Amino acid sequence: MTTTRRVGNTVVGVLLVLVFLAPVYWMINVSLQSSDALLRTPPAWFPFDPTWSGYAEALRTQGSHLATSLVIALGTVVFTLLVSAPAAYALARFRLRGTLALVLVVLLVQMVPGIVMANSLYPIFSGVGLLDSYPGMILADSTLTVPFAVLILRTFMSGVPGELIEAARVDGCGQWRTFGSVVLPVCRNAVITAGLFSFLFAWADFLFAVSFTTGNTIQPITVGIYRFVGNQTTNWNGVMATAVLASIPAAVLLLTAQRYVAAGITGGGVKE
Amino acid sequence: MTTNTRTTSGTSRPRHANRKPGGHGERLVQWTFVLPMMLFLLLFFCYPVLRNLTMSFQEWTVASFYEGGSPFVGLDNYIALVTDPIFGRAVLNTALFTTGSLLFQFVIGLGLAVFFQRRFPLSGTLRGLMLLPWLLPLVVSGAVFRWIYDEGFGVLNQLLLGLHLISDPIPWLSSTQYALTSAIIANIWVGVPFNLVILHSGLQAVPASLYEAAALDGAGPWQRFRMITLPLLRPVIAIVLMLGLIYTLKVFDMIMILTGGGPANASETLTTWSFALSFEEFDFGQGAAVGNLLIVIALVFALLYLRSIRNTFSSQGERG
Repeated sequence: MTTTRRVGNTVVGVLLVLVFLAPVYWMINVSLQSSDALLRTPPAWFPFDPTWSGYAEALRTQGSHLATSLVIALGTVVFTLLVSAPAAYALARFRLRGTLALVLVVLLVQMVPGIVMANSLYPIFSGVGLLDSYPGMILADSTLTVPFAVLILRTFMSGVPGELIEAARVDGCGQWRTFGSVVLPVCRNAVITAGLFSFLFAWADFLFAVSFTTGNTIQPITVGIYRFVGNQTTNWNGVMATAVLASIPAAVLLLTAQRYVAAGITGGGVKE
Repeated sequence: MTTNTRTTSGTSRPRHANRKPGGHGERLVQWTFVLPMMLFLLLFFCYPVLRNLTMSFQEWTVASFYEGGSPFVGLDNYIALVTDPIFGRAVLNTALFTTGSLLFQFVIGLGLAVFFQRRFPLSGTLRGLMLLPWLLPLVVSGAVFRWIYDEGFGVLNQLLLGLHLISDPIPWLSSTQYALTSAIIANIWVGVPFNLVILHSGLQAVPASLYEAAALDGAGPWQRFRMITLPLLRPVIAIVLMLGLIYTLKVFDMIMILTGGGPANASETLTTWSFALSFEEFDFGQGAAVGNLLIVIALVFALLYLRSIRNTFSSQGERG
């Protein structure tokens, strides 16, 4: 291929990205303009007179919701990894009876619509006092992340060289010791991938958040945005500033771990 | 986790005699790895799904929470649903939303995947940037589209007015005529990256030599696409469409934040309807019944999906 054609492809590629990411551009653009400027038509194509007032308001009214989501998402990551990493190792390595069936079950449970989980977990949570609570949200969000993490970690863990595990066993390590001091360190990248995605899923969850946080005691950021949009009349810069802040985990993931993202989509292949 | 590791390996240490692979004690230790996940699946999938099934045969309202009464009503919930005028609307909308989203996500995703198959500077980076819509929380994307579609100040109407394509602003989200289409367009945007990534990785597996041979035989780009790319990509296409279908069926966030299923149920799907029945009208029995309908539909396609990946799946199982 000639150089001009390659450069031509780059130009087309850049244009495609610009068009495709236009909504993201408008989110940032609107977040930086004053509410007055936004009521003019046509809207300014560029924030010539940028203001941080939208962000100030976002932090003032939504800051606590961001913190709530952070706690829930981190809790979900810890719980998910504790449950799914050993299970994934067992499903990848041990020849236990019924493991193949178990993998099938893990695949299938991902197909259960979230609304069914919300509907049936609500009375259960109501009965045991898990509504409007961090543990409740963490457990509910883990129904999204545990199957995903098990599948993605299992794929990685079946690729660990058998000699490594054998060597640890010969040295007298028990199963759990081998897992903790040999398998996990070797699979560090996979664990990070599963953790990042679990964080992102829990951070982005809206259905469980809106169903299980009926009071005002805890309110994740997704519910915060939902109510903000519902109440707002002219306050688009505050809404968009909140949207930008809520996008930070996704942006960080894309910038720092881009190669894991593709692995996550193709490996686990799941998003709500 | 550390303490857990210590105690378990500690207790298994004295059983040196059983350490041979497949030994009885060894087996028990191996099961401790799977046990937490099995408990979680039982408590947080099996039990809720069964609970949902029984709830659909009960009259389950606010009173059930306070007084505990939830009388068995047989098929009443299901009968009430199918005789509800919203039922037909929701089924049709679900079908339209799913096929509309899938079709365009797939076509655009495939076009982009084919384009990014070319080698040029920044190709990988640009393709990576395209993933952003998929990673953003759906509520965030929904909020952005709420503004884009805004009748007075949104950029879409301003753009169309500026180009003289329309003479009056279109009420994208507040008219029964456009609400569903608007939600579908936003959802297409979210789903394109998923199609792009999976189809792109599928394309990587097509041997370049085939294209070279075809080019030597005088096949043009379109012929190469039709005779080589499409047939070899068929298994990947099946997976993308099947998974896309299963996920699109249960889309909730996007519709909820854009239209809430309205106006006048114009964008109500089975998922948003189920939510409305349970969490807005507090009729959890009917909400559960709609949910079960969704499970049945999802299960049919899930089984088709499992069939289509059976081959890759069993080879992985052997490796493990």
